Amino acid sequence: MPEPMLVVRDLVVRYGPIEAVHGIDFEVGQGEVVALIGANGAGKTSTLAAISGLIRPARGSIRLGGRELAGAPPHTIFAAGLVQVPEGREILARMSVHENLLLSGAADVRPMYERFPILAERRGLPAGNLSGGEQQLLAIARALLAKPRLLLLDEPSLGLAPKMVATVFAVLAELKLAGTTMLLVEQNALRALRMADRAYVLELGRIGLTGTGAALLRDDGVGRAYLGA
Amino acid sequence: MADQIYNAIFIGSIYALFALGFTLVFSVLDILNLAHPALFTLGAFTALFAMQQGVPAALAVVIAFAVCGGAGVLLDRVAFAPLRRRNAPPLSAMISSIGVSLIVIRLIQLKYGPDLQSYPRGSLPADVMTVAGLQIDTLRTVIIGLAVALMVGLTLLVRRSRLGRELRALAENPRAARLLGIDVDRAIAATFFLSAGLGGIAGALYGFATNSPFSQMGLGFELKAFSVMIVGGMGSIPGAVLGAYLLSFGEVASLTFLPSELRDAFAFGLLFIVLLIRPSGILGQRAVDRV
Ligand SMILES: Nc1ncnc2c1ncn2[C@@H]1O[C@H](COP(=O)(O)OP(=O)(O)O)[C@@H](O)[C@H]1O
Ligand SMILES: [Mg+2]
Repeated sequence: MPEPMLVVRDLVVRYGPIEAVHGIDFEVGQGEVVALIGANGAGKTSTLAAISGLIRPARGSIRLGGRELAGAPPHTIFAAGLVQVPEGREILARMSVHENLLLSGAADVRPMYERFPILAERRGLPAGNLSGGEQQLLAIARALLAKPRLLLLDEPSLGLAPKMVATVFAVLAELKLAGTTMLLVEQNALRALRMADRAYVLELGRIGLTGTGAALLRDDGVGRAYLGA
Repeated sequence: MADQIYNAIFIGSIYALFALGFTLVFSVLDILNLAHPALFTLGAFTALFAMQQGVPAALAVVIAFAVCGGAGVLLDRVAFAPLRRRNAPPLSAMISSIGVSLIVIRLIQLKYGPDLQSYPRGSLPADVMTVAGLQIDTLRTVIIGLAVALMVGLTLLVRRSRLGRELRALAENPRAARLLGIDVDRAIAATFFLSAGLGGIAGALYGFATNSPFSQMGLGFELKAFSVMIVGGMGSIPGAVLGAYLLSFGEVASLTFLPSELRDAFAFGLLFIVLLIRPSGILGQRAVDRV
């Protein structure tokens, strides 16, 4: 059996003397949607930062399609097909919507205008003028233009109005249906677990529980800690 | 009068070329590169050296661009990159660039001494045309044309090209730029190459126009470029160009109407007044407008 698309082994992330992630293991298979849930400060963003090359892992291995990427610079990891929609969206507020899309490196950005007509309407505006939800769609569109093999999403619903949260999850559901491989980090554990094939629960930098999304939804501990049940 | 205007356009073009490189590095990397005047001087002397080997002036300018561009990349590797990796405060980058600047000037003095030099006889166009009663020398006209073309070229590069987009992304949000797969080291090298290359061309052209390059010719330009950048709006490229011409017209006007001792005082006073009216500079948006 071939190795899963993303294999992370013994990943340690440190900020100076502080260790935020203490040697975690997880994987994401081709076409799978995997959720990474956990409380604020659990180390979810740190994990994604290490996978994307923003932070050099202190230890461990990150393999994408069998290729070792731990410690590689972000542009190499991006070129290998690992594309992140970061927490807080990180769109370029002073640049236009159109320029934000062009920054994906894609020559033709029209498919995203067809997919997200609101972006076509706003194409000449500075991206900073968009609403939070529109910015999130822009960030997702920009990532999709890079044709990712694995899409990392860090709290895509954070800070959005309820209606926009539904829109964003509808987009993710479409992507899942189209076979996009995703690693989804979410505070909104209920929605994330419903969407995910499998999930990991990160607690203070360690993986606590793991299982299918449905199994974790039924788990009492997860219910109490993350679903407010 | 027309003569003075022509002169103001000429010197403003040199200021603008100089300030553009200075502004480019500042806007993308938040670094005040105090070695920029040394690169300007290096440009004049690279052209001098090339022309002493029989290279024609036009080609010597291209060589000055390439040599200074390369020196700029090296400058970043030596003076700025190690500090960047350690997240050192911006002030330490200023100190290390002063250090590199002194080394470059000393090396030039080692070869050419501290005195005024001149370009080989006959290597620069010396003819003067009279157009509508105005004395126009070919050399300055060509220099103005080239400087304006370079300003337009840089603006288009920054506004329209993929590299320009990457530089603006890096200026606005380095973390986002990295996540978009931008090769940040390459983009920084390109920034320094362009900046230093433009500084080198400015030096070569200024050296040509005065025909007296000397090792301290960059002195004074630093302060002017800094003022021009602030008045134009920190980090704004069109702002730097506007500020440069404003300064040169101010200087020439003060020379025409006031005793020459007041030249700098008047020119800088003018810039000061602009800042009183628009504290963030002519084209500055709020605190910082980038590229
Ligand atoms: N740049 C940083 N410097 C120091 N500590 C950090 C930094 N970023 C995150 N941390 C710490 O690492 C831990 C994990 O943070 P983070 O990965 O952002 O968690 P999450 O995304 O799960 O909320 C937290 O204790 C946080 O304070
Ligand atoms: Mg986070």
